[in-house]
Amino acid sequence: MKTLNDPKNYKKNIKAFHPKTNYFMNCLKAFLVGGFICLVGEAIQKAYAAFTDYTEKSAGNPTVATLILISSLLTGFGVYDKIGQFAGAGSLIPVTGFANSITSAALEHKSEGIVLGIATNMFKLAGSVIVFGVVSATVFGLIRLTVNNLLG
Amino acid sequence: MKIGKQTWRFQEPVYLISTGTTAGPLEKRGPLGETIDKTFDDLHCGEKNWEAAERRLMREAVDICLKNVNLSPEEVDYFLAGDLLNQTVTSNFIARETRIPYLGLFGACSTSMMGLALASLLVDGGYANHVLTAVSSHNATAERQFRYPTEYGGPRPQTATFTATGAGAALVGKARSPIVIREATIGRVIDWGIGDAYDMGSAMAPAAADTIERHLHDTGRNPEDYDMILTGDLSSVGSPILRQLLWERDLDISEIHQDSGLMLYSPNQPVFAGGSGTACSAIVTYGYIVRLLRTGKIGRVLIVATGALLNPTIIQQKESIPCVAHGIVLESTGGE
Repeated sequence: MKTLNDPKNYKKNIKAFHPKTNYFMNCLKAFLVGGFICLVGEAIQKAYAAFTDYTEKSAGNPTVATLILISSLLTGFGVYDKIGQFAGAGSLIPVTGFANSITSAALEHKSEGIVLGIATNMFKLAGSVIVFGVVSATVFGLIRLTVNNLLG
Repeated sequence: MKIGKQTWRFQEPVYLISTGTTAGPLEKRGPLGETIDKTFDDLHCGEKNWEAAERRLMREAVDICLKNVNLSPEEVDYFLAGDLLNQTVTSNFIARETRIPYLGLFGACSTSMMGLALASLLVDGGYANHVLTAVSSHNATAERQFRYPTEYGGPRPQTATFTATGAGAALVGKARSPIVIREATIGRVIDWGIGDAYDMGSAMAPAAADTIERHLHDTGRNPEDYDMILTGDLSSVGSPILRQLLWERDLDISEIHQDSGLMLYSPNQPVFAGGSGTACSAIVTYGYIVRLLRTGKIGRVLIVATGALLNPTIIQQKESIPCVAHGIVLESTGGE
């Protein structure tokens, strides 16, 4: 009989006591909420193209800015973390999740002052995303350049 | 007097003379909301930042505890306090205000019973007449210190616990009161390899089991000799693990075991597996349990405060969480 009083295999044996993670439901929620955020983005982009001087192509930047603004406001009102708990990756991966990580860190460290509090800590969570974004962009850019030159 | 390997039995009766508890809005709406002396409707507790709010919670708990028995801080010999923040900063600042000779304690969420044990020891040994002990925790200050910013949208698993917002203070002395502090069992640090800060119930259960087993062995009692064995913050994950661990050691506590983290909140509140934090066991013990003992509704209770001695830096270095649990036996003298 399996005994729980076994320090070596404790980590393995306690799995039975943990609530089961429903991966299917998590994926579904992430898909729906993530998809909804993209839908909102699409609508904003179309609206910029239709009602302003932006073209369908150049409307991308103001669209991202608008999504960031909405996400930051929702973070400030204390709503975004609740959406995050529900949607998981669905609200973490889009640009709104990136904005949330920056705004929440800035809010958190407000009490330590503008320079050493907000400015220093703002990219505490987002910093890793930027690092890996820049590094992978460089690597893949080099690969693309090499391949193009070899083929061309 | 030391009995067995890890237990102190106090010779002359040492009394729990007075207590004071404070808490935030979520705890107020929980099942034990009525038993908390003072609650705040806002997590900021009227202060300008979270850390100040936590100090407010401890300050008010200490004030209530002393006012209950009309004692001024000058009449208290020592102040033993701890919290979860770096350098136990909340306690340091309250000690600065009360000007009572002070020892800062850190035992993570086990600090409440660590403080009560040491306070009883000082009184029992004749080194003090009145010792005040207090602990606090605040959900937002703990989140920022140990995890992510409060408003960060990263999801948590269902094994996570929720740091309680509040504080508890207790005054120990020789003056007769309806509650006697009978024994204290000092726990060993136990680490069975859990390194997940979102699963502290599983990490702490072996430490709780060890202290309870040691305590029963040292005192020669059985689980049936207690009306309740109350653990600190094992949550809905760690509690069944503890009962199973002890059951396998031929100790059945399933009838009398309760967990503070599960009592402080109702199941429909958003606290995942249950409450945790230094204040969790203190609010429940110094509020609800003390009321039961005062009125004689329960006779003897073993309180085992469980602490995950987690360090956020070392966790990133892939180490596991050392855990400790300290036990205190409180007895009713038969009701007021």
